[in-house]
Amino acid sequence: MPGLQSADAARLAALRTGDERAFAALIDELSPRMLKLAHVYVPSTATAEEVVQEAWIVVLRSLDRFEGRSKLSTWILGIVVNVARERGRHESRSRPFSSLTTDHEPIIDPDRFLPPSHDRWPGHWAIAPAPWPQDALETAEAAQVIRNTVAALPYVQRAVITLRDMIGCTPEETCNTLGLTDTNHRVLLHRARTKVRAALELAFDTIETAA
Amino acid sequence: MDCKQLVEVITAYLDHTLPDEERCRFDAHLADCPHCTEYLAQMRRTIDRLGRLDETTLPPEPRKQLLAAFRDWRA
Repeated sequence: MPGLQSADAARLAALRTGDERAFAALIDELSPRMLKLAHVYVPSTATAEEVVQEAWIVVLRSLDRFEGRSKLSTWILGIVVNVARERGRHESRSRPFSSLTTDHEPIIDPDRFLPPSHDRWPGHWAIAPAPWPQDALETAEAAQVIRNTVAALPYVQRAVITLRDMIGCTPEETCNTLGLTDTNHRVLLHRARTKVRAALELAFDTIETAA
Repeated sequence: MDCKQLVEVITAYLDHTLPDEERCRFDAHLADCPHCTEYLAQMRRTIDRLGRLDETTLPPEPRKQLLAAFRDWRA
């Protein structure tokens, strides 16, 4: 198979000959990422687990047709998106994927910066980011702030930040999985990351008023 | 490049997709600006933390069912 990465090739060969240990290893390796991705589209952990299980069944049914045009893991994450979107559509008709692709609020409060007309420091920080307390980011509270903020993001931003930052996909893998352009995915990622950082700053209470 | 412009292109900077000239202006600003340096560091730490949220795994029962499905699939 041209283009197939050698690790994937070995793996596929094992799966196609019925090597159950190879399949178990694949389940254990990819399921955590698949659960995170499923969670973007369905609210409950139980439903996310069902989505992942269903996705694995689709993987098995389609495995003989997998041509290796992408990495095996990317292909499987794409299947999760399809299954989860379908399930999400049934469960929350009021929030279709496409209606939440844009948001127009400024991502950083414009008052954090001095106006372009400022005589000395145009466009510079009016309220600069203060250092975060030592180890604050490592607390369970910080993790909860991050989870809550990600959960409140518009769907596509949530999908992009989940793939890029929580799962660790490359830009290319993320774009292929979600059908986005490179530029578009980066705009969405930037908005999402900026909001998460801002939520942490708010939680750490380090925003100081301008001098 | 001023602070307001810098924070808008941080993701492109971190992804190495900024054009060379803009990257130079970004680095030049950063060398001079402790606030943007702090902001960039916070973004990096945020990204790092996002990648270390707790792992969820498939519970044993669905995992067992999948292995059974695999055996059927090859049978």
